[in-house]
This record gives sequence, structure tokens and C-alpha cells, in this order.
Amino acid sequence: MRLEGRGLVDRDRPVRFSFDGTDYHGFRGDTVASALLASGVRLMGRSFKYHRPRGVVTASSAEPNALLTIGSGAGQRPNARATMEEIFDGLETRSQNAWPSLRYDAMEVNDLLSPFLSAGFYYKTFMWPKRAWEALYEPIIRRAAGLGALSGETARDENEKAFAHCDLLVIGAGPTGLMAALAAARAGADVILAEEEARAGGRLLSEAEEVGGLPGVQWVGSVLGELAAMPNVRLMERTTVTGAYDQGTFGALERVARHVREARGAPRECFWRIAAKQAVLATGALERGIAFPGNDRPGVMQAGAVRTYLHRYGVAAGKRVAVFGNNDDAHRTARDLAEAGVRVLGLIDARPGVEGPEGIPTYAGARVTGTWGRMGLTAIHLDGAGAPRQLNVDCLAVSGGWDPAVHLACHHGGRPVWREEIAAFVAPEGAVPGLRPAGAAAGVFDTGGCLADGVRAAGEALDGLGLTAPDVPAPEAEAGGYRVTPLWQVPGRGRAWLDLQNDVTVKDVKLAARENFRSVEHMKRYTTQGMATDQGKGSNVNALAVLAEATGRTIPQTGTTTFRPPYVPVSISAMGAGASGAGFAPERRTVSDAASRAMGAPMIEAGLWFRPSYFPRAGERTWRDACDREVKMVRGQVGVCDVSTLGKIEVVGPDAGAFLDFLYTGTMSKLAVGRVRYGLMLREDGHVMDDGTAARLAEDRYLVTTTTAAAGQVMAHMEFAAQALRPELDVALTSVTEHWAQFAVAGPEAGRLMATAVDEMPELAFMGCTPAVICGVPGRVFRISFCGELGFEIAVPARYGESLFRLLVSQAEALGGGAYGMEALNVMRIEKGFITHAEIHGRVTAFDIGMQGMMSTKKDFIGRAAATRPGLTEDREELIGLRPVGAAKAINAGAHLFAEGAAPIRENDQGYVTSNCYSPTLGTVLALGFLRNGRARHGERIVAEDGLRGHRTLCEVTGPVAFDPGGERMRG
Amino acid sequence: MARLIAKGPFDGVLPLEEGAVRVSAVDPGPITFVRPLHGQDEAVSAALEKATGAALPAPGTVATGRSARALWCGPGAALVLGAAVEDLPGAAIVDQSDGWAVARVEGADASAVLARLTPLDLRPAGFGAGQTARTLLGHMTAQITPVGENAFEVMVFRSMAESFVHELRRAMGFVAGRARIG
Repeated sequence: MRLEGRGLVDRDRPVRFSFDGTDYHGFRGDTVASALLASGVRLMGRSFKYHRPRGVVTASSAEPNALLTIGSGAGQRPNARATMEEIFDGLETRSQNAWPSLRYDAMEVNDLLSPFLSAGFYYKTFMWPKRAWEALYEPIIRRAAGLGALSGETARDENEKAFAHCDLLVIGAGPTGLMAALAAARAGADVILAEEEARAGGRLLSEAEEVGGLPGVQWVGSVLGELAAMPNVRLMERTTVTGAYDQGTFGALERVARHVREARGAPRECFWRIAAKQAVLATGALERGIAFPGNDRPGVMQAGAVRTYLHRYGVAAGKRVAVFGNNDDAHRTARDLAEAGVRVLGLIDARPGVEGPEGIPTYAGARVTGTWGRMGLTAIHLDGAGAPRQLNVDCLAVSGGWDPAVHLACHHGGRPVWREEIAAFVAPEGAVPGLRPAGAAAGVFDTGGCLADGVRAAGEALDGLGLTAPDVPAPEAEAGGYRVTPLWQVPGRGRAWLDLQNDVTVKDVKLAARENFRSVEHMKRYTTQGMATDQGKGSNVNALAVLAEATGRTIPQTGTTTFRPPYVPVSISAMGAGASGAGFAPERRTVSDAASRAMGAPMIEAGLWFRPSYFPRAGERTWRDACDREVKMVRGQVGVCDVSTLGKIEVVGPDAGAFLDFLYTGTMSKLAVGRVRYGLMLREDGHVMDDGTAARLAEDRYLVTTTTAAAGQVMAHMEFAAQALRPELDVALTSVTEHWAQFAVAGPEAGRLMATAVDEMPELAFMGCTPAVICGVPGRVFRISFCGELGFEIAVPARYGESLFRLLVSQAEALGGGAYGMEALNVMRIEKGFITHAEIHGRVTAFDIGMQGMMSTKKDFIGRAAATRPGLTEDREELIGLRPVGAAKAINAGAHLFAEGAAPIRENDQGYVTSNCYSPTLGTVLALGFLRNGRARHGERIVAEDGLRGHRTLCEVTGPVAFDPGGERMRG
Repeated sequence: MARLIAKGPFDGVLPLEEGAVRVSAVDPGPITFVRPLHGQDEAVSAALEKATGAALPAPGTVATGRSARALWCGPGAALVLGAAVEDLPGAAIVDQSDGWAVARVEGADASAVLARLTPLDLRPAGFGAGQTARTLLGHMTAQITPVGENAFEVMVFRSMAESFVHELRRAMGFVAGRARIG
């Protein structure tokens, strides 16, 4: 029911939205919860397990019951809290976990079965048969119990991530946070003031209090006005600080455009990482309930939330209200409602002898022992001298006291501290470096105290920043007045609920204790108390108090469960914003990328690079057609291939040679200037890390090449060796991969093609290198080959790369050749038995690939000692070639090798296939693989069994080099 | 003999403008990696200063000379931009002119846009004239240098130029969108 003349919503801005298909009206500034309450809607959800009808309980992010699904399709958002969703025109919301409708939910049958569904029931009930758990029981249980669902469609990437930095992060803009921010800002500190709600002010928006002689809301306005005028302050509303991480970093979720229909280009949410030198925890406190029988009916709400709806939204949560509490704060609800003209039928205070506000029937020492009303509260049952047996009410405002919101202060593993006089845990000091709890989060429960504590905390933070705290007097405000006598539960007939979200009752917690789940962590997992979206914010302390009583311990002895981020649910799509599709990782494009795509080449990913797979020509129906042609073209005429993606590292300095001797298995220091040598690098553990070449460009300068995939790893490995292992060597390294565009020119006509591009092409022997002028541009030419033909690599600065690629391809075409892609390159290297990371996959040694002879015995190098360990040089799986016996279409890579007739089981496994191709040169299928003692078994028959694809091929074991074993073609 | 045509890393994708931010390609001139060999720091610094007016920069800083700027880029190393450095006794020098894509990000919301992509603290008090940082921009390695009020020079690997523009375009769109919803 909306109350005229009250609340901060904008009465001039009516808003229309829908809930379960029915249209409702509210005002700008309303949440779904406040607008529904104003329309008299109390039933907003069904409970998780028993499908009990439930209504809104809180006015905060701690809401356990009123969870909605918003939107549909890819934008569908389950478990949105009605208390946090601001309404806008056209907003569509739906209830969850009910079928066919919220009022008539078939699964309510679970409630009747509740005697059988107590805590841990499924651990005990569904033990047999074992297989039925995954197949039958779990799916049924999951369907019956649950929260909202995702649509199953890929989420839209409509969020962003951002970083922020400040001197002081103030978490929460209530009276404490506002004063802290004001004091720090006046001192000149860079301040971020983060407020979870849409509007700063905290409890001052929810109470009828004066601050500094002004109504609370006006005082908030004046402070915000001052802060807004200061360039060193950033106020972040709708921003929940979700986690305290290392080194003063905080996570925060900003709801940027959740409150509007059209985002107009803005992100819906932003996940912030805020680095703060100092922080003030001004998160306030969360009200807790009292576990009395039937305390879960729609209409039973937190007393503080009832005040929030009254003062902030101008909504009476009921027409006939009773208040039940154990502390002075509950009296405010009765007083404020009565002042607003709402009928308050009784204030039930469990403490004997207390007096209530004037004019309100007060029943001291009484308790609520039962409730009525199936879809919403109609009456409560009382027990206590002088109290009536029954009151007919539609709303019961309950306060069991306040729990400081200590969560962030405990994210590093610190435990909250029990304070007997307020019967609550307060945030520990110093548990998160630089984070100072203040105000209600530190157990200060009056406005005057909070204002002063904000100034105090800011002063300490300013000290930490080396700034002088200004003299900021805390304004006059209400002080004192909070007294509480703990009341965790009221015994009686019927279920008394602790955790409304997970349907955990007092009985469940006692059962856990009886079954020896006495640790609070065990109790939590046995009963599910404190799980799911609200993480037990309104029930944790009550539950552990019940556990403490059941196990004969005190509350501090029992302790709390572990506090972990995030404080509120954070959508994965906010944390991963921008990381889908092209944002997943940087895309590295070669200089020939556009030209290759224009030629129709499909691109494949190699590390972060994109490389052409093949270059299709008219009449070619499959990739194989193109690949076969390209292989024949290179073997017969000439081909051009962009090899810029290979890692290129320049190693410069007087000790460059000695340094490379330490890195490679072979000796590079003896290499003559103008010569290139193939080399292997091992890891410290003796296994092959990468292969490539080293070219000696000058006496003190080498160019090391790496494979495309391992370029980053090799660079890091070399840097580590230079900085940590051999710092005495005078050498500098830097990657030049990006500076040079480099192309392989290979085939019998390679020399002729080179002559068209290189001004005065010098004589160059196999494995030679030289500076050269390429069409007028200074570059480099190498005579190396990865396909086994007469081959060159030609390098120019990247800006000229595309131009040179186009030139080389057109000249090659004039010679009957053309561009070739990765597929053809792969076929040719398999024909030649050259390895790639398909073979050197991290588990093979130089011995395994037959390169043990390249491991110098005259010097030390990384991996040498480990490579000669027993077990790494005998009885190994060794590199071999394979050819099918008879007609076979393929030998599948990934297939495992077994003796003929042997069962294809692990015990009989003799090796595996790493690479395969069809060789158009030899007219046969070829493969490379590893076979136990394979070098001694050439000529044997072996079966390649591909269990995954259901394919087997009888093969002959050969040497790895199938084509031109003497290498005459590339040596020329 | 044919002539080769030079192409810039951002040809066809920059400039870019949205909201209060403009991104444009920068031609930094020659870029040279310079690192003094053992015990040569002072000699190399003096020689570089003599040749360009810029000495070797201290960590996190830029030295600006009459013909070149030297950006610290790692332990004991600098990138010299603007003038070719071909002979510097006592130093390892490597030409990097074509390895980097260099862009200028400027405008009132320049730091807001970059704050979507880099963890670097861009507040002018800590990151102003004369400073530079090797950092991350999205998943890319980047060198970021403030070059004026609300203006930054950003260097990324040449091959990642398009990803850089993709990331910036996205961040710029969101920053501009925020302004529209107020």
C-alpha cells in the first residue's frame, strides 16, 4: 500500500512493468519489491526445496526469497533479487521454481513430504543402486529443487571490465562512509566511494532521523553535493564491492545499465578491479530474524526492511502490522508505522519489562509462537503473560538484532570477533591490510557514533597515506539506544526456519549436531545452510547459535564459516567481459594476411597467429586437391610461404656464442659468420623444448629462430638463462619476430625466383646467410629449407612484407609455381621426416627423436645432465616412419601401435602416431610416430589402432625420412 | 627491378573517434633497442646523449632529446624512437622500427578508455610527463607513455594492431555509452 506524501520515489514518473505476465505500476526509484508491495503483492517466490510460498523479507542484497528471472533468451538473467532490481518501463519479471504457476505450484507436494526430506536425506536415501544416482536420483532432485534457470543460449557480451586506482576506497555510503569520504576528500586524497544501492545514504534513507539539524536525506544530499564538486572524489553508485584481494585490490560489480530499458551503448554491468592504498569498510549491518514456528510466511519481514519500505519507498508493508523483536531497534518500526497512520496491533518484545512507544500495545516478555495464512500471513499466535493469544495481522516485522557486514574484512581468512554486548560478530581489525572497519560494520549501532567513527577511520587512513587529517566535526545525530538480548529461536509446534533460501530449519541444524556434524563448516555442508545466492546473510549467526546450543558450546567457540568472495553473486559474463569471440585472445596477423585471404585461403590458428591453410584454385573440390597441387608445385617448380610467424630472437654481445652453447645441445660458438646451424634446445629436465636455427650474422650477433608455437616460451627460457643462470655472460636478447617479414622460397626454380627479387643475388651455399638488398630495401637472405627442396628464406622489414609477398607470388606463378600453405608444408616435412611440436610434444628426448648425436659431450648445456639419466636413453619409444601395408586411406594421428594380433589394450601399447599425410610425391599415405625401440624395428609390421574413430591400419615400420633421404635436393 | 611499397601497421583501421576520444596512428620514425653491455652504461648513455640529446632513461622514464626519445623498456634497456641509432660502441643495438604499432589515444576520456584495458594507474600525479610503462593492454604487451594532457602514446606488437583497435573500439563504445545514459 502506497502512503501519500512519503518516500523518496519520484511520484511524477510513473513506471509500468510486469510480474508473471501481469502489469503493475510503480514510480521511478522503486525496486520490483517495493512496487509489488505497494500493489499489495506479497507472494513473490517459492522456496528451494519444499516449494513453500514466500514473500520478500529484506530491502537489500541479502534477500533470500524474492528471486526473479528477468528477460528471456540470451539476455535471460535468473535469481535477480526483487529488492535490487530498479523498475523501468517495459521491465518483464517472472517468478521461479514454480509450476504451473506461483499460486498453484504442483511441486508443493514436496512440502507434504518434508518429514522425509530433512537435512542430508539424499545422502541416506539414494544410496542404492549406485548407478542410479547420476542417472536418476540427481536429475529428479535437481528438477524438483532449484532456483532460476539460464536460457541455454550463449550470453551476450554486453558487459565490461575496468580498473580503478585511488588513495582511499570507502565501501558503503551510509553515514559512516559519507563522513569518511568527506574527511579524506577534504584532505586531498583521491577517494572512491562505492555504494551498493542506487542511491547513497545507507540507513539514513530508511529512518526518520535528523543529522546536523537537517532531515537525514537532506544531510546526505548536502554531503553528496560537496563531494560531487571535488575532482578527487569518484562516487560509484550501484556498485557492490564483492571481494578483498591481495595488495589492496578489491573486486566490485557495477550495475551500469541494469536499471534502464535501452543501454544505448553502455555496458549492462562493469566488473571493476580497484587498487586502493587504504580502505574503509563502511558496509553497515544486516538485520537477522528470529526462528519461530511458521516464520516463513509471506508478510513476515525484517523490521528494518519494513522501515525502508516506509521511508524510502513510501510503502506500507501491510495494513495491520505487528512487530516482534528482542531489541530497541524493533520499537522504531512500531513507532514509525504508527506515525505514518498504519495500524500497529502490537509490539511483541521478548525482553521482560521493556516499555514500548506511547500508544502502541506492547507485550513485554512475549513471543510469537505460530503463524497462519497459506499464501500470506493472516494471523500470529502469541505466548506471554498479558498478551492476547492471537493477533490478526498481514505483516509481522521481525528483528533479532543486527549483524555487522563483516564479510570483506574476512576475505583474507580473518575471523570476525564476537561482541557480547551487542550479541554480534564485528569485523576484525587488521585482517585485510589497509582495510579499516568503521561504523556499524565495526559494531557502532547509532548514527551519531557512525558519523564520528567515519571521521576516525578516515583520519587513520590519511595517516597511512601521509596526509594530514582535517578537522571535520561529526554533525549532531541520534546517539545510543541499541540494547539487545539474544533470542535465536522460539520453541513450539511447527517448523522454525533459519535459512529461508535453502529451507533449513532449527530441527535440521539440531539433527546435524546429533549426527556429529558439529563443526559449523560440517553443519553448513550437511544442511546447506548459508549456501546459494544470499550465502546465509540473514541466517548464519542464528544457525550457528542454534548449533552452539545443541553442542553445548558458546557462539565464539562454535565460530563462523569461512567468508569468501564474492559478497554478492557476480555474473561470469561480467568477470569475463570482452573475452568471447575476437576478444578471447589477441589475434596476430601476418603481413600477408589480407593478401592470403583475398586469394581465398582458409586460415588456421598457430598459437595466436593466423596462417593460410592452402590456396584453392578453380576446379579444386577439396583441400586435398589444393594441398596435393601445392606439394607438387614446390617439388616441381617453386613455392612461396610466409614464415614470419616463426620466432626470431637476436642475441648480441661478446658472449653471444658462449651463451648459445649453453642453450643448445650443439655448439654455436664455432659457427662461422654467414653460416646457419640447426639446433635443439632442451628443458632443464632433459626433454626437448624446441628446435630451430641459429644464424651468425656477425662476430657478436646471432639470429635464433624458434617454432611459431614455442616462440614465447623460448624467449622466456633464454631471458631466464641470461638473467638467472649465466648473468656473467655479456649478452643482450630481444625478439625481432615482429620487425621482420620473412618468406620461404622453395623448389627447383627457387634460385630463378630469388634472382627476380634480390638485387645482385649472391652465391649462397646450403645453410648460409647474408645481408642482401631486396628490391632496393636492405634485408636478409638465408639458405635453409623445411620442405627438403632447394630453399631460401628472404626477410625484409615488416612494412614491406605485403608488397614483397605479392611480388614473390606473382613471380612464382610466372614460373609455374605459387603460394603454398600449412597443409602442403606439413606434407613435405612429413615426407622429409622433419619434426614439429606434434613430435616434440614435451615428453620426448633427443634420444627419442634420434638426435642424441647432436648432444655435445664437450660442453655443458641446459638439460644435459638430466637427459642422460637412466631411463631416458634405453628402451624408449623412438621416432619412426609408417606406411600402410596394402591399400589404406589413412593412418590416423593419435592412433596407438600394437603388435599384429595383440589386443588393443594399454598393456600391449607399443607407441603412437603423431603426424600423418597423403604424400602426392610418393603416392602413398605416410605417418610419423614413436615405437618402442623403433629404430631397430624398421621393416616390421605393426597395427595402428585408432579406438576413437574406430579405425585400424596395418603398417610397415620405416625410417622417418621417406623422401630424398640423402638431402641432395636441398643441398643442391 | 620492382619497388616495394611500405605499409603502416594501422593502414585502413585508424583513425578512430567516438565520444571524447580519438585514436590515430603515429609514425615514430626509427625504433632501436639499445642495451649497454657490461660496464658500459655510462659510456653508452653519454654517447647516446651526444648523438640524440637523450641519455639512457632511468626505469619507468623517458629521456627526450633534440632528435630522439629514449623509452625505458626493461632492465637496463631502452627503445630509442625518432632517430636511427646505427653505431653506439659498447651497446647491443637492434633495429625494431617495424616491430611496433604506435598509436596516440587522446581526448577527455582517454584515460577512462585505457582504464578498461590496462591495470596501470594512469592518474597524472603518478604517471605524467617524462614517464613510461611496459604493461598489459587487454592480453597484449604494451608500452604506454603519457604525451600530454589527456593524451597517451601506446605501442603494441605490429601483428596485434587489429586486436588493439578491436579492444579500443569496444572500450570507447562503452565509455561513450555511459555518457549517453548519464
